[in-house]
Amino acid sequence: MLDIRRIPIPALIGLLLTVLFVLAAVFAPWIAPYGNGEIVGDVWAPMSAAHLLGTDNLGRDLLSRMIYGARITLFIAVLATALSFSLGSILGFSAAVFGGWFDTLLSRLVDLLMSIPTLIMALVVLSVLPTNLVTLILVMGILDSTRVYRLSRAVAVDINVMDYVEAAKLRGEGSAWIIFREILPNALSPLISELGLRFIYAVLFLSTLSFLGLGVQPPDADWGGMVKENKDGIVFGIPAALIPAAAIAALAISVNLVADWILNRTTDLKGGRGNG
Amino acid sequence: MSPVLKLIAQRIALGILLLFAVSVLIFAGTQILPGDVAQAILGQSATPESLANLREELGLNDPAWLRYMHWLGGILQGDLGTAMSSGQDIATSIGSRLWNTLFLAFWAAIVSIPLAIILGLLAVRYRNGWVDKLISGLALASTSFPEFFIGYVLVYFFAVKWQIFPGISTVYDGMPFGERMMAIALPATALTLVVLAHMMRMTRAAILNVMQSAYVETAELKGLSAFNVIRRHAFPNAIAPIINVVMLNLAYLIVGVVVVEVIFVYPGMGQYLVDHVTKRDVPVVQAVGLIFAAVYISLNIVADIGAIVANPRLRHPK
Repeated sequence: MLDIRRIPIPALIGLLLTVLFVLAAVFAPWIAPYGNGEIVGDVWAPMSAAHLLGTDNLGRDLLSRMIYGARITLFIAVLATALSFSLGSILGFSAAVFGGWFDTLLSRLVDLLMSIPTLIMALVVLSVLPTNLVTLILVMGILDSTRVYRLSRAVAVDINVMDYVEAAKLRGEGSAWIIFREILPNALSPLISELGLRFIYAVLFLSTLSFLGLGVQPPDADWGGMVKENKDGIVFGIPAALIPAAAIAALAISVNLVADWILNRTTDLKGGRGNG
Repeated sequence: MSPVLKLIAQRIALGILLLFAVSVLIFAGTQILPGDVAQAILGQSATPESLANLREELGLNDPAWLRYMHWLGGILQGDLGTAMSSGQDIATSIGSRLWNTLFLAFWAAIVSIPLAIILGLLAVRYRNGWVDKLISGLALASTSFPEFFIGYVLVYFFAVKWQIFPGISTVYDGMPFGERMMAIALPATALTLVVLAHMMRMTRAAILNVMQSAYVETAELKGLSAFNVIRRHAFPNAIAPIINVVMLNLAYLIVGVVVVEVIFVYPGMGQYLVDHVTKRDVPVVQAVGLIFAAVYISLNIVADIGAIVANPRLRHPK
């Protein structure tokens, strides 16, 4: 089974960093040295022993803000990914199983949604919807589910013609059984490696929206929002905005490294030549 | 009519059809959603009278399809409507901004496309060597870095620490070409970095795919040098996929442009869109959204047509 010494170094680093970020998010109130909105010093104070990462544009401790920011960033990204995955895969499997007009209608709708860049469509929709967490998660999840739909439909179409599915149909199982008991377990491994990529995309997308001022609203802030808050300092040579931006990059790279490794492992199980 | 022209005409017709469908989607996205446009503009504290007035002014009392026809009819005649926040004609405000955005995207494309193809070829030539590894590493980094990270790192070093280029890209009408290039140097670099690695990796994959075919093996066996094999045999066959890669990435530039323009305060379409989303100025958002979608769809059609022209098998369909 899984031997920790067989995990390649890059995946190990990725796994370690990801776990670190998750722990910071979960235990934020206990780890953070100061409160989230607490003003503790001068505006944009440099790094010091009291404020390891310095302070932000209002004099709040940047390290504490980063730790609370991890919470919001991960929370929204996880929920949006979960929504896009459940919606996309269930619709994708159903389209493959039912076929006919249901499949045609959904597939053309997805084609249409994907013919506009996701960010542009999100901006159009967000211009009329109220800005709150629920809308944000719904918009991110639904727009991203188009990609999951395409993948899961393609995978399910292949599985749907297998003998065991045929057998299940002949012995009179319903569509729900076919989708959840026959197709889902067999489609899981390509979907799981996609899960990592979709999660990274959700983190980047959320950060972009918040950076543009359309995501998480103050006084709460995710990492993208913190870049926006501190971006004016850059011109004065204050790198406070680069720290949350680097955190986003670090999280995305770590998850990518883990996803790559999982992909290699799953192809390994199927007789591929991936190592580790 | 020759089969090529027929195929191309088909693609263009399909593209136009798609554009109409997209216009319906954009319109529906801002009108039929549960949010009430008038309510969204005025906020929760609006009085019923002012809501009714604004609904009247926006024509929200007409049925949706009538408003759509009205909007589409205006656009087909070049009338994009007026902005609610400023009362200015949208088409006039967009004119110079569209040109600015295209100027920026053009220079980013001019730099990134040849660079990506050359680096992709090098990666195939020195496959599994350090060049190849470096490119894979860069590709991983660039899919993971948010655009604003790249942008602000550039500003921090090139504009603040070393003061080579301006950190804020001010451009105005009648600006001398040299100054304009200085102004867009950093945003164009940021955009190039955003698309470069992805384009390199896909070029590499496209050529590697061709490298596994029998005629390349024959070329190797008859003693051609590795570089000649790539140049004479692999590259021409990889053109169609490469055109596709290039076009997809140009389309990706559109998304990158929105963020990069906000970072560098560059007066282009992206910044215009974001500003007016914040102001909840629906007519502007619809118009700019439609223009972005139109550019995106056209680039995809060009990619399709490029693939048809580059591929003899598609030119003579059975």
